Amino acid sequence: MSQHVVSPKIYFAVFASLMLLTALTVWAAFQDLGPFNLAVALGIATLKATLVVLYFMHVRYNPKLIWLVIGLAVAWFGVFLVVTLSDYLSRGWIPFPGK
Amino acid sequence: MPAESHAAAAIHAHQFEDAEQQRDAVTLGMWAFLLTEVLFFGGLFTAYTIYRWSFPAAFALSSHHLDVLLGGVNTVILIGSSLTMALAVHAAQVGGRGVVGYLLLTMLLGSAFLGIKAVEYDHKFAERLIPGASFLMRDERRPAHLDPAGDAVVAAGMASADPGVEADLQHHAQIFFSLYFAMTGMHALHMVVGLGLLAWLVLAARRGRFSPAYSTPVEIVGLYWHFVDIVWIFLFPLLYLIDRHA
Repeated sequence: MSQHVVSPKIYFAVFASLMLLTALTVWAAFQDLGPFNLAVALGIATLKATLVVLYFMHVRYNPKLIWLVIGLAVAWFGVFLVVTLSDYLSRGWIPFPGK
Repeated sequence: MPAESHAAAAIHAHQFEDAEQQRDAVTLGMWAFLLTEVLFFGGLFTAYTIYRWSFPAAFALSSHHLDVLLGGVNTVILIGSSLTMALAVHAAQVGGRGVVGYLLLTMLLGSAFLGIKAVEYDHKFAERLIPGASFLMRDERRPAHLDPAGDAVVAAGMASADPGVEADLQHHAQIFFSLYFAMTGMHALHMVVGLGLLAWLVLAARRGRFSPAYSTPVEIVGLYWHFVDIVWIFLFPLLYLIDRHA
């Protein structure tokens, strides 16, 4: 990985996008989107986080090894969440005698 | 970068072939650390997920007691501090003069964030929203005489049409505020650590430690600062913006 210097222009563009998305997420929270409010909020937050990772944190210009570590972080958190929720969400699915 | 390898030769530690290998290793190490940080905050986010799924009504009601304006302003401030951090990294990489200035600006914005956070915590104390024996969440959307948290009503012992439901709501709201203080508190603690790291960078930069051949510490602290920013990017909608339309 040779050092990649990101132009300040890109930083300012990313900052402007993040500001826009922040305004959007506040606006969206005040709209009644039914079951989609949470999905929209998380979608916007994920998009913002991706912009920060790719440009502020230079990952777009980093070797695949760094992408692998980030992928692992996301995957482990996914395991954490899925395994925990598979317990909580499935409670009461199977009736037990006397309960 | 052959032109810089001579200057860099004096800087990299002896176990590395060259400055570039050292930077690769340090960057990888920092990301490995950030992976553990994802799992650390992941535990909190998982707890949040379970309890929000379990008690959606109490979470929505509790969320309305957070200040969207202060939370939103803090989001802007923190993302702004990420911008100045990124500009500090750029200045260090190209050997510009702005390194110290941008680092100080980042510290200023980070401190402003913590100041606003302190004001918010103070409001929560005043509003009796600290989990514990004296926790009492009011419901502004109900008329005062129907608000079970209204002191007069509580004193009269007629808290609600269904006191059981009301007591549950108060308990579940305390779970929300426990998570609120745990998550924003751990986030704030990370910011305090970040401010310490930035102060160390400022001192090092003033001593002329960084050059285009060696800007790794600025980049690494930058990664940490941006990570803390990302945590807040998720905390803001999850804590402040639940069912705001209701």
